[in-house]
Formats: sequence, structure tokens, C-alpha cells
Amino acid sequence: MQVLFLKTGILFLTVDSSDSDLELSMVRHQPEGLEQLQAQTQFTRKELQSLYRGFKNECPSGLVDEETFKSIYSQFFPQGDATTYAHFLFNAFDMDRNGSIRFEDFVLGLSVLLRGSVTEKLRWAFNLYDINKDGYITKEEMLAIMTSIYDMMGRYTLPSVRDDSPCEHVEKFFQKMDRNKDGVVTIEEFIETCQKDENIMASMQLFENVI
Amino acid sequence: MAAGVATWLPFARAAAVGWLPLAKKTMPKPPVDNSSRSDEILYLNVSGVRFQTWKNTLDRYPDTLLGSSEKEFFFNEDTEEYFFDRDHEMFRHILNFYRTGKLHYPRHECIQAFDEELAFYGIVPEIIGDCCMEEYRDRKKENQERLAEDTEANEVMDAPLPPDSTPRERLWRAFENPHTSTMALVFYYVTGFFIAVSVIANVVETVPCRPPEGRVKDLPCGEKYQLAFFCMDTACVLIFTFEYLMRLFAAPSRCKFMRSVMSVIDVVAIMPYYIGLVMPENEDVSGAFVTLRVFRVFRIFKFSRHSQGLRILGYTLKSCASELGFLLFSLTMAIIIFATVMFYAEKGTKGSTFTSIPASFWYTIVTMTTLGYGDMVPNTIAGKIFGSICSLSGVLVIALPVPVIVSNFSRIYHQNQRADKRRAQQKVRLARIRMAKKGTTNAFLQYKEDRALGDRDSDSTALCVKNRSAFEHQHHHLLHCLEKTTNHEFTDELTYSELCMTESVGFRTSRSTSLSSQQGAQNNPTGCCPRRARRRAAMRLANSTASVSRGSVQELDTLHVKTTSIPPQTRSSLNAQADDLKLNCGEQDFTAAIISIPTPPANTPDESLPPSPAPIPGILRNTRATAYTHETVKISSL
Repeated sequence: MQVLFLKTGILFLTVDSSDSDLELSMVRHQPEGLEQLQAQTQFTRKELQSLYRGFKNECPSGLVDEETFKSIYSQFFPQGDATTYAHFLFNAFDMDRNGSIRFEDFVLGLSVLLRGSVTEKLRWAFNLYDINKDGYITKEEMLAIMTSIYDMMGRYTLPSVRDDSPCEHVEKFFQKMDRNKDGVVTIEEFIETCQKDENIMASMQLFENVI
Repeated sequence: MAAGVATWLPFARAAAVGWLPLAKKTMPKPPVDNSSRSDEILYLNVSGVRFQTWKNTLDRYPDTLLGSSEKEFFFNEDTEEYFFDRDHEMFRHILNFYRTGKLHYPRHECIQAFDEELAFYGIVPEIIGDCCMEEYRDRKKENQERLAEDTEANEVMDAPLPPDSTPRERLWRAFENPHTSTMALVFYYVTGFFIAVSVIANVVETVPCRPPEGRVKDLPCGEKYQLAFFCMDTACVLIFTFEYLMRLFAAPSRCKFMRSVMSVIDVVAIMPYYIGLVMPENEDVSGAFVTLRVFRVFRIFKFSRHSQGLRILGYTLKSCASELGFLLFSLTMAIIIFATVMFYAEKGTKGSTFTSIPASFWYTIVTMTTLGYGDMVPNTIAGKIFGSICSLSGVLVIALPVPVIVSNFSRIYHQNQRADKRRAQQKVRLARIRMAKKGTTNAFLQYKEDRALGDRDSDSTALCVKNRSAFEHQHHHLLHCLEKTTNHEFTDELTYSELCMTESVGFRTSRSTSLSSQQGAQNNPTGCCPRRARRRAAMRLANSTASVSRGSVQELDTLHVKTTSIPPQTRSSLNAQADDLKLNCGEQDFTAAIISIPTPPANTPDESLPPSPAPIPGILRNTRATAYTHETVKISSL
């Protein structure tokens, strides 16, 4: 057997067939200039710089795709499942519907949420709830949103999330918002009702100092 | 939390605006952020090399030295920089960790020096990125083993026996570590010598010696000097038996010892002699007896006690078994194929040696391993063709797996180690994630406690806040907002499962409480355990409102709740409050919980079930989860 080994020891040549997958250059995106963004948003120059540094650090390519977004958002809600709500949120931020959030989308959204007027914020919220962006919030859309919010709570809650909790919440919402009882909530009804509710108006100022 | 999370938190908080129009309750106030808004550049001087970074970068990891206020101890007012008297080359990696969120291990550095740096900067090594984790672990293990070897060697040499060891323990120790005492060493060498003698005797007794007078044929020495060999054999077997019995006596666990490989070898080595003694000198059975003598050669395996190398070889063969098995299987397949072919090719020839397929096996094996004895040779042309194919393929079939096995062996060996490491790492990672999740939940529940206190007494907030970072405050505020939106509260698994368990316990109380409580506590019949009966849930909610309000002061005392005195509530006032639909939240989020329970539209419950005050206090006393106790406090605080 030893002779055999000698004879065939040379045979043993590992041919490393490494498929060198030529990765096409990643899609990347550079944002518009600082001045343009300053003009479009309500952020100061320093704030924009700070925001961009954080953004670029996380997403060197300059784009956030939906999966990354979902995983990022889910980290804040360890107890529940935040993926559905993150999906809706993603669509609310991705204004040009190209499947990824660029820095401009990111910063424009944040500008509305943090520095916008109450009406603009309410408009943004309406846009979030209106899943198909047709200008009307139907009960199904609201139920989807509500279910996703309740999903974020997870299982271990007090009192427990019942199966019809989202339904009930939607009913209350429609009772409040749907003035003409036509089964849909339009933007005017929405803004009007919210402006009449003191609690909502008061809480709109809450997140101003986030950045 | 990771760097990325810290960056995205403001975004998540801003997105919470989407919950505002839906919220059932008013949102809690955001935490006061005292930190300066503008980001500044910090200067870090490490042994003369100046590093600069944004303050935000360092704040990403608040539980490390650089991310917390601990770095203030190193601040040099004269030069307005943080001075660290440490290695600047390794500091580069530390700082990169803050920047990128991944810690890399520099391969050229000493593992211990690196560990020390990490310990100084408060970074746990577990967060080393996957790219460098394997290398780090390998080096660390190597280092540890080296240290362990040194200490072990020292110990083994110098460690004295415990003073109160029995003779049996001493004996066992002498057998296992012959170097401990001279007697043991002597015995060790003596047994080794006798093993060698026995093996040599076995070998020599078959060598043909000159025949004695009167005989022509050569006799094997064994038969010529039968007595001498017999005496030698007896002596060896006596020694081996003695050794085996001594080991058996000294073994701490006799059953385990008897099952061990070495003991089996010992027994097999000495058995033939005894069997030979017992068996009569009969020609019929002596054939079998001769076979038994073959087992005497197993005595050579007794050397493995004396040789570390043999043990390692045995272990490696064992670990390589699957590859060897595959080799054997593929060989068998090839042999059968070629043997069959050769047999049928040579079938017709007169005087062919290929008498049957099994007979052809021998030819195939000899040919494939390129031995080629020549005792069986094909004569037909077809046979010769197939014979050559056989020998060529033999080279491939046999030669190829062998080097592959050799390299496989080393690769599999390392791979197994890597797989084990990875599994261990995975377990650690999952445990860490679980712990982090639990930690987040617990931190959040703690935050709510502190908040509750803080609303009442602003002085104590400072104490309660402890060392929580701004980031954590904001995150907790975000979770609190979500709670208010859905009007449910987060709780931990312990409390939740306790609740579910107590539900299943039957409640028994007086009827009177049930009726009035039912009016006040109508609720939809689903509960925390939707699989269980719905009525149980209704029962639970009814219990918690009604029973706590009864004799609530007493129960609260036993809870040692940190609230001021709460006036006992009568049920009527409770129900009166229940009618008040308007949310009057103010600053106290206490009020929130109670209002939610009675207000849902009155549904007729499935059964009027009596709530019970008795089990509830028991629950309240037994539970350790403060979240739950606070829940009930809030209910009764009205």
C-alpha cells in the first residue's frame, strides 16, 4: 500500500475551483447638496450634517431597503413583531415608491414629523394610514394598521391583547372620525376631527426635541 | 445596544407621530434631554497619539469606559483632552469599534495584551465580529491550554497526596500516574518488561529450532523447549493477573473500569492461558485452543498504557471511521463489479483459476491494489482487457480516497472543532439576545416604576434614575407611548405566566360581590389565555377590579407599595367612576388602568361568576414581579 501511496501521492492536487462571483458594483446613492436639503427641510445645517453622518454610517450605500428597515425598526420592540408596521412605515417614507429609502426621503419625512406644522403632521399620519394612497382610509386599511400596532405589543401584556382589540379600536376610530358615516375617512374629516381633539393636538408637540 | 440602533432611535421616535391620532390614552411626557444639542469633537490622547472623534460616536456604547462618564477621570484640563496611558496601536481597534460597531482582533497582537486592553476599556470580547472571532477564540484557547499545561505539569509533579487518602486511593493513583512514587515506577517498568517478554516469547516459540536427536523435521522452538516456554508464559500471566486484580481493587468505579477498553484487553490477554489450563489435552479441542492462543498477541496492546502515541492513533482511527467506512464501501462495490466481470470473461477457459466469483475477489483485490501476485492470471483476451481496466481503475478507486481521507481527516478534525465552537458561539449569542431582550423589558418595567414614583415626588426621581443613559430614557419613552396608544401594558413572561396559572385555579367567593361587580366590570370575554375558557378571563378581570377594592388598604399594606396612603374605595364610587367615560388623565397615569376595564360596552357575561378576594391577596403576596403589584395599586388608587 505504501508504494501505491507514492504512486498516487502526486495525483492529489486540489483544484480550487473558486467561482469568483464578480459582484456588480452595489447600487449606491449620493444625496443632494446640503443647501438644497436645507431649503427643502426645516433642519439646520448642523442637524443635517449630524443626521447624514449617522445615516451614512449605517447605510454606506446611501439606501435603505425594506428588509434592513424592518430589522432596524424591530430592534426597538423586542417583545412583539414590528415587521408589519415597519412595512407600512417604510411605504410612508419611501415617497417615490422605488423600494428603498434615500437620505432625502429620510430627512424630508423627519422634517415633517419633527419640525412641521400640526396640519402637516396630520397629513403625514393620514398618508401612513392610507395604505393604497387613494385619499381614503377604509376600515380594512385601518384594521391592518391597527393589527400591526397591536402586534408590536407582543404576547405578554396587561391586559392581554384580545383577538378583537384592534377591531374594537378601529370601530372607535371610525365612530370618531367618520363624520358623514360613509365608511371611509377622508383627509378633511381626519384633520378636522383631530384639530378638535385637544389630547391629540397637545401630544403633537411631544416629539419636537427628538433631534 | 448597537451603534445603528442609537442612530435610528430618533427616527423611530419621530415615527411615533403616526400613533398619536390613534392613541387611546394621552402620551407620556418625553424625558428631559439635558445633553447639549450640538455634536462636538473630542480629543483622545493615547500615549502621545492624538485621536479625534465625535462625542456621539463614543456615546453609542454607554456601558464602556469611553461612552460613560468614567472617561471624565482621564480628562486633562490643561490640554483639554482625554489622556490614556495605554497602547495606541490597540486603541485604534477600540476606536474603530465605536465607529463601525464591529470589533476586530489584530492577528499580530498577543491575545493577553488584547484582552487586557478590552478589559480596561470596558468592552466584552464576545462582541468581536465574526470575521475575527474564530481566530480570537483559537488563540485564546491555545493560550489557556498552554497555561493549563504548565500549571498541570507543575501540579502533577509536586502535588502531594491528600493526607487522609485510603490505601486504595493511593494504589489507584500509583497505577494512573506512575511517576508519583518509586514503587509505582518500578511496577510500571516491570509490567512493561513482562509484556515485551511475553510478546517475544509468543513470536519466538514458532521459530523452527534444530530438532532433537532422532527426528528429521524441524520443530518449532515452542515444542522443543515446551517446559521453558510454559514457565515463562505462566510467570507473565501471573504478573498480568496480579496487575489486573490490583487495578480492579483500586478502581474507584469498578463497573466503569471493567467496561473500559484497557481492562478488556487485559482480560483477553490472560484468558487463553487459563482456558488452556482448564481444557484437557485433547486433540479435538486443541485446534480450538490453538486459535485461542492467537489472542495472546493482544498483550501487545497493553503497551498503549505505556505509550501516549498509541492511544492517539487509536483515537484518530476512531474519529476517521466514517471516511474509512466509505472507502471500504466503494472498494467493495468495485471489487464485486470487477470480480463478476472477470469471472464471466474467464468462464470458458480450461483450467482457469477463476473458479467462482468469490475466487475472483482475490484476483480483483490483488490487481486493484497493484500488488499483482500472479497466482491468478486472465487468459482470454476479454479477460485481459477487463483485467487492465481493473488495474487502472484500481489506481483511481483506491488511491484517490486515501489522500482525500488523509486531508479529510485533518479538515474534518478542524471542522468539527469549528462546528462545536460555532454551536457554542450560537448558544452564547442566543442567550445574549434573550438576556438583552429580557434586560430591555426589565429596564422598561423598572423605568415605569420610577416614572410612577417620579410623578409623585420629583426629589426621588434623581435617586431612582440611577445610571440610565439618555438613550435608554428615550427608548423607554417610546415604548411607553406605544402602551398608551393601544392601552395595554408590557409585562414580563413571569408575570404573564403567573396570571395564566392563577386563572386556572378556581375562585370561590361570596355571591354578593359578584353581582355588583358584574355591573361595574363588564368586559369582553376573552383573556390572557385565549385557549382557555373565555369565562375565566372575565372572571379574572372582574376579580382584579372588585376584589382589590375590597379591603384594599389591608392588601396594600402587605404589598409594601411605595405610594402614599390611599383612601379605601367603596364599590359604588368605583362604579360611579366607571360611568365617567371621559379620559381624565392629567399627570397621573394611575387613573388609566381602572377606567379602561369597566368602560367597554356592557356585554352579558357567559355566567355570573363569583370573584374571590382570598386568592388574589395570595397572588399579590407571592408574586415577585413588581409590575403586577403596581398594576393592582393603580387600580385601587382611585
